[in-house]
Order: sequence, then structure tokens, then C-alpha cells
Amino acid sequence: MTTVAHVHDETDAPYALSHLDALESEAVHIFREVAGEFEKPVILFSGGKDSIVMLHLALKAFAPAPVPFTLLHVDTGHNFPEVLEYRDRTVAEHGLRLHVASVQEYIDAGKLRERPDGTRNPLQTVPLTEAIQSLRFDAVFGGGRRDEEKARAKERVFSLRDEFSQWDPRRQRPELWQLYNGRHAPGEHVRVFPLSNWTELDVWQYIAREGIELPEIYFAHEREVFLRNGMWLTAGEWGGPKEGETPETRLIRYRTVGDMSCTGAVDSDAATLDAVIAEIAVSRLTERGATRADDKMSEAAMEDRKREGYF
Amino acid sequence: MTSTTDQVAGLDDLAATTLLRFATAGSVDDGKSTLVGRLLHDSKSVLTDQMEAVEAVSAQRGQEAPDLALLTDGLRAEREQGITIDVAYRYFATARRRFILADTPGHVQYTRNMVTGASTADLAVVLVDARNGVIEQTRRHAAVAALLRVPHVVLAVNKMDLVGYQESVFAAIAEEFTAYASDLGVPEITAIPISALAGDNVVDASANMDWYGGPTVLEHLETVPVSHDLTACPARFPVQYVIRPQSAEHPDYRGYAGQIASGVLRVGEAVTVLPSGRTSVIEGIDALGESVDIAWAPQSVTLRLKDDIDISRGDLIAPSANAPATTQDVEATVCHVADQPLAVGARVLIKHTTRTVKAIVKEIPSRLTLDDLSQHPAPGQLVANDIGRVVVRTAEPLALDPYADSRRTGSFLLIDPADGTTLAAGMAGESFASRAETTVQADEEGWDF
Repeated sequence: MTTVAHVHDETDAPYALSHLDALESEAVHIFREVAGEFEKPVILFSGGKDSIVMLHLALKAFAPAPVPFTLLHVDTGHNFPEVLEYRDRTVAEHGLRLHVASVQEYIDAGKLRERPDGTRNPLQTVPLTEAIQSLRFDAVFGGGRRDEEKARAKERVFSLRDEFSQWDPRRQRPELWQLYNGRHAPGEHVRVFPLSNWTELDVWQYIAREGIELPEIYFAHEREVFLRNGMWLTAGEWGGPKEGETPETRLIRYRTVGDMSCTGAVDSDAATLDAVIAEIAVSRLTERGATRADDKMSEAAMEDRKREGYF
Repeated sequence: MTSTTDQVAGLDDLAATTLLRFATAGSVDDGKSTLVGRLLHDSKSVLTDQMEAVEAVSAQRGQEAPDLALLTDGLRAEREQGITIDVAYRYFATARRRFILADTPGHVQYTRNMVTGASTADLAVVLVDARNGVIEQTRRHAAVAALLRVPHVVLAVNKMDLVGYQESVFAAIAEEFTAYASDLGVPEITAIPISALAGDNVVDASANMDWYGGPTVLEHLETVPVSHDLTACPARFPVQYVIRPQSAEHPDYRGYAGQIASGVLRVGEAVTVLPSGRTSVIEGIDALGESVDIAWAPQSVTLRLKDDIDISRGDLIAPSANAPATTQDVEATVCHVADQPLAVGARVLIKHTTRTVKAIVKEIPSRLTLDDLSQHPAPGQLVANDIGRVVVRTAEPLALDPYADSRRTGSFLLIDPADGTTLAAGMAGESFASRAETTVQADEEGWDF
């Protein structure tokens, strides 16, 4: 594992950086800007690959000192057990502090109501924004990438949110050079996206280069799944299969990690990092198109959720 | 839509190692969205589900062919109005290179968006309609590219199919534009005749224009050199954050973290810290976990110095042999990007590299008219999308380079201290605009906006 830029590495310039080195350098710069300018930043950490890469970059950015941020996870109550196990192990390993905002607790307290379709993804917004307000975070790192979705393609690296955590795409600050403006009024906060310029393939190539460990569900394994709205969902106590839905065991893997009720698996025999990279490189489906039911609800589903404060 | 290329984004692309950031600029009906759509489509960067979504929406609206602009217009308001409101970033790759495209709107009132897109671009594509030639908006785009010091400019003469693919039409436009842009100081201009709609010379060479022997748009994007200029400049290292673990394992570690803004830094080099002027020697360079002897822009690294001197966020480390001067009187060209105006006497914050200080706008000597590059003296204030000269007095000294020498250490933001709004994008030092004659005298009040 090497982290130094490669001179003369298939480029004609004497001091060129490979594209991964350039993206890494930019992301580290963003982490350090936030550490230098904000009082109480937090990293949204789900145990998914993007947040894992974020944490890895943060560890590198401040080494040999510890990461000067805490972590926040919005637990939908329907998360994959392997991912929660990974989350807790990683937090312990690096001596980090984790806050958990629980959708289940909100439902139990009657503050949120289960949706008829059983999807809990949209329900994350309220616990997330309330955690930001009550714990007074002023900068919130998200693993969102602009290549994921067309509303995200419009997102700034530093994205100002009002006291209700709302995103107004028409009132974004112009973002010039690498001069990020994090000024905000009390109660407002800034969402920060250090992986803005990364693509799904970049993330996987970086994971391979750096030898980063991931939860097992990203690699091919046999699992009991059933078909709902064109998605292979994991069977389980969260609410599936229902009548008329037949469970079957298939060789699958996950491209994204989220709530079990809306994150679909893809048929795959990619059991190693190299195989996953090869699979993604030739895939004709986007990550979200292949695996996220909630983005298919309407043409502007992501924009609408982001406006309300979703990450 | 037909595709005439065998170039499939796939496994081969994993070899692509360099990254080119580029921006597009064009007037409303010049076919910019079609060009972007064509680049993405013909380079096989549009995936099936994205294309299906575009087809479904186009069909729902009763359009005969898929509207490729829907690939890039991501917001509700944009789709409703059929225009691009805000900068969007697109990502694609070929076997040779990875690309980040800043897709900027062409409307006059969104000049600030082109400035946003161009600020980080290595290359700008300026689109013109072959039937209309170089128009006011083309000059505006060329001026913004020159002002922002975008190293490479591509003139894409579009809709060649509508002028019978005539070489003479292209040659006349290319000549006029090249003369104008060279005058502005654009270092490299490449003119390419294209039809975005028909696919001529975008990804694949055109069979309709045998007389053209140059590269297609994509070939040029793949081969244009990037980032040479950054490392040829003197080294500049704005300190972002001081790393002091104070742990049992690292009791004495004191590192200055930052991204090298320009140039090359070496262990053993004598350095000066600004604005204090204290000097030391680089003892070590930690490149994200690995100790190295040499590092260069734009690497994020951590420097360790021989002497324990007082250094904090906002300081600049530079080679003692080639350190910038510091000043409290900043003269610059600014592009005003906010809705609220910027007036003489305004108290602002100036953010330069990692340093934010108080400042006051002492003078606004002139406002530039991009159409003819004339300057109107003493406008009193700048409003949204204005470009003008300003003189700013800062509360503390700044180590500014001329923007012409370094886009990173010559640029700054003006920020409203009351609400944090980014008011203006600043470029320190002389600009091409200051070379031009002032064509309007101070006593002429009747100039129009």
C-alpha cells in the first residue's frame, strides 16, 4: 500500500498526479478546512463504502493525531447486522465517538409514523436534523457524490443549510477556486461533501489501492431475497416477504448499503475487490438506478428529499 | 441518436491516470446541452437507466426524440423552464483520461456561474453558432476565460451542418475569435468545426469536413497537457491546520498541514513564514502517511520545520529565495457574484488561501463592459455579474501573488461579515482589463448598463 504520488506514472508531465492522488489530495484539503474553520463538525457514518472512504481520508488527513471529529449514524432500525457490526468495530478500533440517531425510537415514541410501503429511508430526515440541532453540529460531512444523481450534480462541496436543515438549490453560494466559504449564522450549518468529485469507480479503485476493509455484504454471497418493485430485497423481520412474494436463495452482492427495506441487491459472483471493480467498470446501470427503490418514486425524488434536509 | 464509435467506457479505462477539469460556455441556443449530451452519449458515459429516464420524460412530454438536455438539467425548475440555472458537474472517462465537466449556464445574468465553472477549469469550451459567428456573448465568454486565466480555450464552431460544412465560414470565425482572444491574453486557442446534433468532430472525426485536419473535441480533451504551470511556479504553502498529537507515541510532533498551492517543496529547503517573516528549514515532509523528500502542487502534505516557531492557520510558507511580498493594500479585478451590491466604503471579510481578515473597500476605480472591454470609471458600486477593479485595505497583511502568476494564491473571496454571503471573486494584480484604454471619460454620466 503506497500513498505517495507516482512520478512518471503513465503521464507525460514530470510532476503529474494520478487521478486518485488528485482526488485524495482535494478531499484531504476539504477535511482540513473544516477542522480549521468550524467548532463542532461530525462525519455521517453508516458503515457504507462512501462513509468508510471518508473516515479513511480523515484518518490520513490528521495523522499522526486522531481524527478531530465525532461520528453520527442515523440507524433506520432496518440496517444490515453485518454493517452495524462493522460500524461498531471500526469506531472502537480508532477510538472514535459515535452518536446514533434512531428511527425506531422516533417511531416508538409516536414522533414518526411507519409508511404504508415499509420504506424507512425518507424517515431518516427528522432524526438526522434533530440530532444536528440538539448536538449543535455546525459542519456535517456526508459521503454524497455528484455522479450519483442529477440533483446531487448541482450540490456544492460546502452546502449551507438553514435552521431547518433545508437545501435551496437556487440560493447556493457560488463556489470559486478552492476557497470554501463556511460562514453561517447560529442554528444554520454546513453540509460538506469531500467526495463530491469522486465516481463510484474511483471509490472502488481507492478502496483497492489503500487496502480498506469493507462489510462483507459488498461481495458476492448467497442470501435469501425476494422481489419487490423490481428490487431483490433481503428477507427478514423488517417486513418481507409479504403474501405473494416468494423468497429464494441467490448469489448476490450489494452496491450500496442502506435501509433493508429499499436497498436492492444485484446478481453478482464478484467475490473480490478486483472482481467488483471489473463488474462496475462494465455495468450499464448507475449505482442508484440498480439498487435504490426510493429514488424511483418520482423524477425529483432526491431533490425533494434534499430540500427537506436529507443527506 | 446513433453512435458511431467503438469506444466503450469499460475495463480499459482503468488505465486512465490523469484528470482534466473543463468548463463549457455558450449562449442559450448555441447547442451547449446537445454538445454535452453528445460527449457523454458518444463516449458511452450515459448509463442505461439514465437514458431510459430521459426517454420516458421526453415521451411523456410528446417529444419525438430523447431530449439530451434532460441529462444535464437536474433541478425541477430547470426542467420546467427548459433552461440551465446552475452549474452542474459531470463525470466521464475514456481510456486516456478522466474528466470533470463544469456545465455552466449561458444566460447573460449567470456570468457568475461561468466564473464559478472556469475558476477550477484547465480548459474552457466556448461554443458559437456557425450561422451567427462571434457575437457579444462569445466575446463575454472569451473575456471571462481570459480573466480567470483558463490555460486552454477551445472554440467549438457548432451547427456546421447548417452552413453546408463550408471551410470558409469556419475559417472566418476562427480567425476573428483567435485574434480577439489572443489580445485578451488567452495562451492557447484551438478552433474545431463541429455539429453537436449530427455528431461531427465531437467524438468521431467528421466525414463531412475533409478539409479539417485537427483533432475532434474529445481527442483534444484527451491530449491537452494539464497542471504543468502549477509546478513551474515558486512554491507556496498556505497552512491549513497545525497537527500536534501530544501523545505518548508522538510527544514532540508538530506538523503544518496544507495543500501545496504551487511549485515544489524539498526537504532541506530554507523557508520563510509569512506574514511574520520568520525563517526555518524543512526538516521533513509527510505525504499522507509516508515520509518523502519532495512534494509538489496540488498534493496535500504535512511539513515539519527545524525550528519551533509560532505558525498557525492562515500563515504562508514559501521558499526564502522566492517569497511573495505582503501588503495591506490589495488591487484586484473582482467579479461580483451576490445580489446585494458592493459599494465603496463597504466593510467586508477577505478570504485568501486559508486566511480570513477584515477589510474595507477603499475604491472602485472602474467597471468593465465585457461586450467591448471598455471601462467605465468610478461606478460607485458593483452589482450582480459586474466585473470591476477594486482597491481594498486589509486589517492584516496578506501574502498575495498576482493572479496571473498563481490562480491559487492570487485569488480571494470578499464575504459579507453580516450574513456570510460570498460577495465577489477576486483576482489580485493587473488584469488584461487594465491594459485596455479607458474609453469613457469621468464626466460622461450617460453610459448605459
